[in-house]
Amino acid sequence: MKTFLTEIRTSLLLTLVFAVLLCGAYPLVVWAGAQALFPAQANGSLVVDKDGTVCGSALLAQSFTSDKYFQPRPSAAGTGYDATSSGGTNLGPTSQKLADSIKTAVAAYRTVNGLASDAAVPADAVTSSGSGLDPHISLANAQLQAARVATARGLPRASIFALIASHTDGRSLGALGEPGVNVLLLNRTLDDASKSSAR
Amino acid sequence: MNSPNAWLQFALYLGALLLITKPLGLYLVQVLDVHGRTFLDPIVRPVERLTYRVCGIDPAKEQSWIGYTLALLMFSAVGLLFTYFILRFQDHLPLNPQNFPGLSPSLAFNTAASFTTNTNWQSYTGESTMSYFSQMVALTIHNFTSAACGIAIAAALVRGIARQTAQTIGNFWTDTVRVTYYLLVPVCLVFALFLVSQGIIQNFKPYTVAKTLEPYTTQVTKTDDKGQPVLAADGKTPVMVDQKVDTQTIVQGPVASQIAIKMLGTNGGGYVNANAAHPFENPTPLSNFLQILSIFAIPSALTYYLGRMVKNQRHGWAVWGAMFAMFVAGALVCWKAEVSGNPIHQKLGVAAADGNMEGKEVRFGIFNSALFATITTDASCGAVNAMHDSFTPIGGLVPLFNMETGEVIFGGVGAGLYGMLIFVVLAVFIAGLMVGRTPEYLGKKIEAYDVKLVMLVLMVLAATILGGTAWAAVSTWGQAGLNNAGPHGFSEILYAYSSAVGNNGSAFAGLTATPADGDWHYNTTLGFAMLIGRFLMIVPILALAGNLASKKLVPASAGTFRTEGVTFVVLLIGTVLLVGALTFLPALAIGPIVEHYLMHAGTLF
Repeated sequence: MKTFLTEIRTSLLLTLVFAVLLCGAYPLVVWAGAQALFPAQANGSLVVDKDGTVCGSALLAQSFTSDKYFQPRPSAAGTGYDATSSGGTNLGPTSQKLADSIKTAVAAYRTVNGLASDAAVPADAVTSSGSGLDPHISLANAQLQAARVATARGLPRASIFALIASHTDGRSLGALGEPGVNVLLLNRTLDDASKSSAR
Repeated sequence: MNSPNAWLQFALYLGALLLITKPLGLYLVQVLDVHGRTFLDPIVRPVERLTYRVCGIDPAKEQSWIGYTLALLMFSAVGLLFTYFILRFQDHLPLNPQNFPGLSPSLAFNTAASFTTNTNWQSYTGESTMSYFSQMVALTIHNFTSAACGIAIAAALVRGIARQTAQTIGNFWTDTVRVTYYLLVPVCLVFALFLVSQGIIQNFKPYTVAKTLEPYTTQVTKTDDKGQPVLAADGKTPVMVDQKVDTQTIVQGPVASQIAIKMLGTNGGGYVNANAAHPFENPTPLSNFLQILSIFAIPSALTYYLGRMVKNQRHGWAVWGAMFAMFVAGALVCWKAEVSGNPIHQKLGVAAADGNMEGKEVRFGIFNSALFATITTDASCGAVNAMHDSFTPIGGLVPLFNMETGEVIFGGVGAGLYGMLIFVVLAVFIAGLMVGRTPEYLGKKIEAYDVKLVMLVLMVLAATILGGTAWAAVSTWGQAGLNNAGPHGFSEILYAYSSAVGNNGSAFAGLTATPADGDWHYNTTLGFAMLIGRFLMIVPILALAGNLASKKLVPASAGTFRTEGVTFVVLLIGTVLLVGALTFLPALAIGPIVEHYLMHAGTLF
């Protein structure tokens, strides 16, 4: 019984010591280092307009539906692109619901981008990501959307392709992961380009 | 699998894992010895001494297996209650800028059990449930302590094997403190800062409201003044109203410090719901690479520690080799299944070359998603960078099977090694039976008592997984939580109990364990499954450690079964697969295996 009580006492005290060091000091040290060394990343890689308005995060997808914007992947986060409710569809390979939504998305993608009715559609364009906030689309997906965006904006197609290339995040260290086009940043640059050509 | 780049990434990963095993293993030898010396002594030693003094720990005093177990259980119980009460009353605690309410009793119990047992199953949506204080204190403390406890238990078992005619197996308190101070905290400090450089957030600001580029209109359910949905005339369908969306609320918080230990400690409990699929938890392929490397780092190094401690390094590498072979095989199967994609979707027009992208992120692609899924379930991590629920049937079978082997393929920190040593003892026993000789393991006779303990562990785990699955599958509450119909729905239940008992924490996340009507069955049964999976494994293992420590060493003879070399590796793999396969094959057959054939036949549910 004596050991029993001693062990409970030690447990309580060690839990408190750990709480102070691991849950207080440790995150604070990381916080201080992060804010000093990498303030932009530590605060959410926010995309800020010249007037100071935050218009999103470079790491998080937003909804885009009109022809003049590149469209991100479908999103299952909340009612769509809800950054406080991240998640996927969690629908399995034999789900009727998933097959239906892919069927609809494939048809819509072909129509809006003027593709043949039997053209293969990039998988990322018609499937939801795991987070629902995937900021990227595949290079193939972006290139298929380029003609539509060029027409809608009255910009030459070549300049759109150039913008796609400059907004592509390559593989880390040239080897890891897959390249992807950052949709939000690309669309912002497009808006800027349209504004300056209209001037 | 015809992408040379993916093979290169695989080679890089395997090479990096091999490279860190020995140096980290040697470091562990020093950390797990109370008289050990490390380069961090000048800074850490004073903190360590102070901790012992404050808590009344005598570092010179070793414990018997009963003393060791008692200390572990008390410490875990205190931690469980600590977390339970913080979660229940987070609305009265500081650092809650979003004003989240306290959690319900069943959800708080599930979460407390989940983090105490190193499972980190998330029955909650982090970003809309947990205050910064809850994340940082109630959850993060267990990310450290459950990992440190796991490593401590593994060390105690290894000491039991290495010692002879000894009464003690180490001191639980010094093991836990030293692992935390010399290993987990220093690595996490560096790792967390690196993760911030890649884009993980670390701040204490309230959520940021961004003004989006293109406002849009969505349909939401109309609610009355009390927040209840308004129903149409038929009394069932909710009335939908248009809502203009021109903002996006961006999650903030101390994420990086939590993610570093979540991976290194094979915890897996994410800050946000989407876990490591979320760009704020895993922003780049490089952060992904280091996260999966950190999952296997300590488990892999512990095999080196084993070899060093029992003075048979080839045995340590043999155990490593068995784990490595099973890991590579699992990763290849999962990758192949995902890259082949879903024929049903391909018929609808999805490019076949792209594989199955549902639930996956573009920056990781198919290969890194399959690799992550294999690693996180080989280990007891449970973090996910893609939604396993949306994997192809065979792609989803690999994680499921990995967990059902008991997560011994590198495994959780400590848990992987002590789980694997259970199979080593069983393999040695089977080999002994085959040649009709008293089995020996590293000079210790394996007797009836030892084998009973081993079988107790294996049977309790299997019975809990299959029993829980069976109960949920035939219950209204069990079926109510499903997101998918047909065999995939059954797989969701099987996955949940496999994950809980295996202390993994990943999920076929379509399963709703916290339903809106407040049904407590899933959260409570899964909570108990986690506690059974952790503690009914640990207690017999520490008993085994105590019993092995007290035995005499028998000198090796010509008839001694050698626990190194290819024969042993093959026998060990065979034992793991046979026990796993024979126990779970029927359940897997009516889940993912039948679904595989139905998918190829084009059947939908």
